[in-house]
Amino acid sequence: MSREHFEENFYVSGHTACAGCGQSMAVRIVMNAAGKNTMVANSTGCLEVFSTKAPETAFGLPWVHSLFENSAAVASGIEAALKFQGKLDDIRVISQAGDGGTGDIGLQAISGMLERGQDVLYVCYDNEAYMNTGIQRSGSTPFYAHTTTTPKGKYSHGNPRPKKPMVEICAAHHIPYSATASVGNPKDVERKVKKALSIRGPKYLQIHVPCPLGWKCDSSKTLEVAKLAVQTGLYPLVEYEYGKLAKVTKIPSARPVQEYLQTQGRFRHLLKDEEALKEVQAVADKNIEYYGLK
Amino acid sequence: MYSVLAAKAKTSEANKTGSWRSTEKPRFKQEECINCGLCKFICPEGCIEGTEKNAYSVDLDYCKGCGLCVYICPKKDIEMVPNQDKD
Amino acid sequence: MAEAAKLCRPGVVAAYPITPQTHIVEHLAEFVANGRLKAESLTVESEHSACSVVLGSQAAGVRSFTCTSSQGLLLMSEVVFCVSGMRLPVMMICANRAISAPINIWNDQQDSIALRDSGWIQLYAENNQEAVDMVIAGYKIGENPRIMLPVMVCVDGFILTHGMETVDMPSQEEVDAFLPAYNPPFKLDVDDPMSFGLLGDPSVYTETRYALHKTLEEVLPLIDSVGKEYKEKFGRDSIRKIEEYKTEDAETVLVAMGSVCGTIKDVVDAEREKGNKVGLLKIVSYRPFPEAEIVKALAKVPYVGVVDKDISLGAAGALYSEIKSVLGADKKISGFISGLGGRDIKLSTVRSMFTDTKKEVNPCKFVDLNKELLWDEFKV
Repeated sequence: MSREHFEENFYVSGHTACAGCGQSMAVRIVMNAAGKNTMVANSTGCLEVFSTKAPETAFGLPWVHSLFENSAAVASGIEAALKFQGKLDDIRVISQAGDGGTGDIGLQAISGMLERGQDVLYVCYDNEAYMNTGIQRSGSTPFYAHTTTTPKGKYSHGNPRPKKPMVEICAAHHIPYSATASVGNPKDVERKVKKALSIRGPKYLQIHVPCPLGWKCDSSKTLEVAKLAVQTGLYPLVEYEYGKLAKVTKIPSARPVQEYLQTQGRFRHLLKDEEALKEVQAVADKNIEYYGLK
Repeated sequence: MYSVLAAKAKTSEANKTGSWRSTEKPRFKQEECINCGLCKFICPEGCIEGTEKNAYSVDLDYCKGCGLCVYICPKKDIEMVPNQDKD
Repeated sequence: MAEAAKLCRPGVVAAYPITPQTHIVEHLAEFVANGRLKAESLTVESEHSACSVVLGSQAAGVRSFTCTSSQGLLLMSEVVFCVSGMRLPVMMICANRAISAPINIWNDQQDSIALRDSGWIQLYAENNQEAVDMVIAGYKIGENPRIMLPVMVCVDGFILTHGMETVDMPSQEEVDAFLPAYNPPFKLDVDDPMSFGLLGDPSVYTETRYALHKTLEEVLPLIDSVGKEYKEKFGRDSIRKIEEYKTEDAETVLVAMGSVCGTIKDVVDAEREKGNKVGLLKIVSYRPFPEAEIVKALAKVPYVGVVDKDISLGAAGALYSEIKSVLGADKKISGFISGLGGRDIKLSTVRSMFTDTKKEVNPCKFVDLNKELLWDEFKV
């Protein structure tokens, strides 16, 4: 089949992401929303592994990967180079990584970039664990999720800690824009990317991306699962501007957390545990109250 | 002396991931399509094309059969059919 | 050294404070603040980020500069390997300093030597003049389109970074004539988008290392040709692989790198006055390792002593091991560990090294050891 009629895609077919991978869907939306005049620094993780196996790449933009924790620093260097060349008005810089590469090992570099006020959009693809290395717990793994390093067991409900509040940590740097999005609302992802790239200065966008393999759900359910995370209040969609909460996506009739948890094998151990379910519901309720999502 | 250092844009298209499908594939009924473009927008492989109503199709050389286009179509105009079905 | 870097017109400078290189960065920041250097100067939050920033800016096609020492170099070590693997000719000044633990801010060469496998060109300066010349010529060597490798100019911390020396500083016009604008064969470019930093599986990785290794070998003759051009344009011999100081008829030669060579030269001169046939083989280019030149220089020398301001713990000095591996079995080769953690290498110490080399073969002798600080069991 001829591909001539295909619109300009800046992330193309042939990558080896799992079928239904939320991150591959999101990166395509992000790259296309960014457009031709963008340079991308990428951290180590599933994304670069399934996109750029030598000698091929699925990216249609200038792109560089070096290490796990430094895409924000590499992006800082690209931004400085463009500034030096007087090209920063015409070319955008994106730094992208998974949740581990952002909030754990990458925290220092992102904080430095934000604090220096550089004109970079940082995108975090949040699939809530170290997926590339086989589903280990990260700072972004949600409460009571089963991972290989926080497994469910006789004495364990899974990950005992709440998600690291990266969108707030970034907002605390008083940057122009710090927001969350979900691939379950794909057009909202595009809107937020375009909005962020229209702002000069440091920006943070965290996109919830289901991982069918790691979350143990069917690859055809990626969008449905992501939508449910938002609709239960477990993944609030918020926008901070200069450190202040500016906009939220309201959920007037929030769904009970069971509806979300039962879609994924990583939460299956909770479904018959009333106490545990109450605790997870409390997380959702707290989000709804804190962000005013009703 | 150099060796593999960089890749030219979009060279992954050499890798025909359509071979991954084993059980089912999407069929675009092209009956109720309203040209919303959402299927094309969300396809993780970027292998759905279309610009007009009832004229969207998928490049089976790359489609991995995830079925997300079926989920997102507001008109339920895409269905999964057995992989062996004739196009 | 900051002045030398400034003359090369880097567009991006990023470094993190660490004694004893901090003032190089401070001077560059001042140059930028006063408009004497047009560049983006980033105050990064760690050395790992400093090297990552220049990786990014160099990849985007802008000449870049960083500097560090000791802990900072080790912290950025994974980035250092990436920079060479990605063929980005970043320039770094490494102010050689001892490595913790215990923490010690004074000079030895363990830090840069610990990264000798990284694929960077490593040049060791004897004095500030050489350091200046190596930065300028180093950019030219590294940016050669056939080479495209990063360069580490190693200068002994405090000794060279805080010393006072008259230096012949080239003019901006002279440097501009010698060092053209950075024009890499590949870079991040929206009009020709490429991906860098690919996943290299077992079917491709070996060739990338072979290509790096071969390219480093190609640097050896390039040092000669650039050195020749540098001498013609600036009148100095600084750019070379080795320096043979009174080795032609020497019986005993010490091999060393860096500022200690200045001390050794003084001892050589004094000993020669007394009729002792001694000499110094100064290694300037440590990577690539100039094996052929070393073998030739020491061909007729029966007694060789190697001075290491480092030690590969559990084995021997790094330079000693490498020198020994290329010389014939007919030579008596000794290795001396000295100057660690900034301990002064006195003229008398050097004299004793010459004497010991001729007296007996000792592969790993710590000189100037204070036995009172060595105990059989823990005590405070």
